Amino acid sequence: MVTFKDFRNNVKPNWCPGCGDFSVQAAIQRAAANVGIQPHDLAVISGIGCSGRISGYIHSYGFHGIHGRALPIAQGLKMANKDLHVIASGGDGDGFAIGIGHTIHSIRRNIDMTYVVMDNQIYGLTKGQTSPRSAEGFKTKSTPGGAIEPSLKPLELALTSGATFVAQGFSSDIKELTAIIEAGINHKGFAFINVFSPCVTYNKVNTYDWFKENLTKLSNVEGYDHTNREEAMRVVMENEGLVTGIIYQNENAPSYQEQVPGYAPTPLVDQNLKMSEKEFNTLLQDFM
Amino acid sequence: MLQQLSWKVGGQQGEGIESTGEMFSMAMNRLGYYLYGYRHFSSRIKGGHTNNKICVRPTQVRTIPDNLDILVAFDQETIDVNYKELTEKSVILADAKFSPVAPEDCIAPMYIVPFTEVAAELGTSLMKNMVAIGATSALLNLDKAVFQEVVNEIFGKKGQEVVEKNMQAIQQGFDTMAEQLGDRLGEWELVPADGQHRMFMIGNDAIALGALAAGVRFMAAYPITPASEIMEYMIKKLPLFGGAVIQTEDEIAAATMAIGSNYGGVRAFTASAGPGLSLMMEAIGLSGMTEQPLVIVDTQRGGPSTGLPTKQEQSDLMQMIYGTHGEIPKVVIAPSTGEEAFFDTIQAFNIAEELQLPVIILSDLQLSLGKQTVEPFDYSKIEIRRGKLVQNEEIPEAVDKSYFKRFEVTDDGVSPRVLPGTEHAIHHVTGVEHDETGKPSEAASNRIAQMDKRMKKLQHVNFNEPVYVNAPYEEADILFVGFNSTRGVLEELQQTLIAQGMKVNHAHIRLIHPFPSGEMQPLVANAKKVVVVENNATGQLANILKMNVGGHDKVINVLKYDGTPFLPLQLEKQVKELLN
Repeated sequence: MVTFKDFRNNVKPNWCPGCGDFSVQAAIQRAAANVGIQPHDLAVISGIGCSGRISGYIHSYGFHGIHGRALPIAQGLKMANKDLHVIASGGDGDGFAIGIGHTIHSIRRNIDMTYVVMDNQIYGLTKGQTSPRSAEGFKTKSTPGGAIEPSLKPLELALTSGATFVAQGFSSDIKELTAIIEAGINHKGFAFINVFSPCVTYNKVNTYDWFKENLTKLSNVEGYDHTNREEAMRVVMENEGLVTGIIYQNENAPSYQEQVPGYAPTPLVDQNLKMSEKEFNTLLQDFM
Repeated sequence: MLQQLSWKVGGQQGEGIESTGEMFSMAMNRLGYYLYGYRHFSSRIKGGHTNNKICVRPTQVRTIPDNLDILVAFDQETIDVNYKELTEKSVILADAKFSPVAPEDCIAPMYIVPFTEVAAELGTSLMKNMVAIGATSALLNLDKAVFQEVVNEIFGKKGQEVVEKNMQAIQQGFDTMAEQLGDRLGEWELVPADGQHRMFMIGNDAIALGALAAGVRFMAAYPITPASEIMEYMIKKLPLFGGAVIQTEDEIAAATMAIGSNYGGVRAFTASAGPGLSLMMEAIGLSGMTEQPLVIVDTQRGGPSTGLPTKQEQSDLMQMIYGTHGEIPKVVIAPSTGEEAFFDTIQAFNIAEELQLPVIILSDLQLSLGKQTVEPFDYSKIEIRRGKLVQNEEIPEAVDKSYFKRFEVTDDGVSPRVLPGTEHAIHHVTGVEHDETGKPSEAASNRIAQMDKRMKKLQHVNFNEPVYVNAPYEEADILFVGFNSTRGVLEELQQTLIAQGMKVNHAHIRLIHPFPSGEMQPLVANAKKVVVVENNATGQLANILKMNVGGHDKVINVLKYDGTPFLPLQLEKQVKELLN
């Protein structure tokens, strides 16, 4: 039996003490163990920033790519080997600023994988500039007079982009977060999970206490139906995005891979590369 | 009898000019002729002048000639834009519909033929191109049976009636033309060909077929001229092999997705042109730093920025060699014929896996879109090499969760490669400088060890025939040097100048980087003048040659950056002017 300890390695994270990312890492490790994945069958693909380091802190295959591009790397990997469990992970700058295009198109594409955004509403590694998730008026080194642009709304964005799985977690509620990630891994399609993961060094507004005061757990909302997209949109808008839990899931939507014509039922990586002479000659005939 | 025929059809984009050229070419191909075509077109869907120039002869041809024998015009603009290519022996066939007027200084006679009218009488004016083909065949005195097979193939699906109508259009075109020609019927008859079946394809077809033969199972790409045909071919054929193509949101996603797939152990690639390659630069660095195989096709077109999207140029050379920040090992390959495009693509995938680095297949618009005759590829020459890919069962169990040494320092710089999913080979991959197990490391000694290891791989590039050489002279007056599609024009000019009594050698660079200095050194040393011919404004290949081999005192650069390919007579004049 695999346990979360199997996903621990000997690397000491270089995150600040108290950083929300520690719990996100732990939740991914627990979720993977709960699903019963072997460490060598998991690949964590991450972007750049504090959060991007996560791929090096989990005992599994890990690929720390370039800023904003974790998603295309992860999708290419999943297309190559459908037997692997692929989790992409990165920060709000990674997913909602430089990589926003990939985020939207990955959601649309619906390849069977999981995306965990570690959302701290600030640029930490570059030492405190505004993020697309910073609230209006939020003062940072790059917005000394307060952020002018409104904060990006990831949940609404995902819902309108055709997401088949949308969830949000809070790093201090590791139990709920683990369950969400587990459900995301089990979802047969693209699972989009935004996680509030406070930056204890540069974000003095959106603190652990602030979130505890302001977040609503959907499990406490009576009769909430996460298969209803309209209801999902309403609950997100009513609560200004400050909800946690599985917000929306469509279990019936086919994944991208299921719809690609001719896509092999076995992993592409297992295929024999060389075609037969007969196959080759048939291809040449097209040009004769 | 003509030794070679230079034929051009022109009109407005979107009115079947391409299919006219296609139909004529297919028929000539079936007769065993060698063909080489070049399409002039604009970056718009409908409207704007377009033409298709095709050279036909019984021997190998890889360039379009300067002049024209036959110009088929569907509009006045075609005549106005192209008549200067005509000689006294040429002829214009113009559609009566637009009341064509020959310019005053046009030296070729013009025949006005009712292409559209004849076609309309047969049921649809769309068949005007078939009438034009019929008229052409009267000049060439071709048996219309030649077209039967081609018409069957193209229109067979639409039913027997459509086939017959099209054949009638060809016949009536022939008859109408024959009547006008009188005793000039068949005056443009070509020397016969051998009737052998050969392939007729664009360079992009050859590259795509090469990728498939190399075992590619995944492609990620974003549409762009002149690369899209590669993606379109893969979309058609990959499903037959279980693979898939994703049309991505941009070229950054295309390159990084291809990296992800290669990381997963599947041969994957992307294809684009200059603007796309500019966007891929960071991904290329990631491939170099993380030692993941990556193959990218760059079909060069006119730059910079959006530049001349539908025109010939060879100006990405420096960017392909040096592009990405920092220093990585990278291989740049530049095929110059259909055969090379096919086999070099296979070589590219082998080298990318053997050395675990990015490989650029450099093409140019003329090679990528120019349709040429190609001898059928030899299946037995397809070789697949995957380098140090370690299989599951060969790996001992890891002790205390230690990481596999994916970036182990070795003699040749190439480390054993394992794929995600392998049981005892967990490791980390990062674009941050890292140690042998992939863990980030800023230590100075590690930095040197890893940088040296990566760069060392360039000493082990296993590329077959890095230079195409045709050097009949030990001591030459001229050594021609080029890359990509200038191959044909240089071959032609070499023969012309040799016939004029000059000693001319020709070297066409097939492996651009690392530069084949060993092969080029003696050729340069034994030539009085080295004439580097390239489609750019700054002499990029000449600079690379001088940097690697020297010869500063004898290198002469012939440059052309007006968006059009080099032509043999024009180039001859330019070369002679520069030599004097």
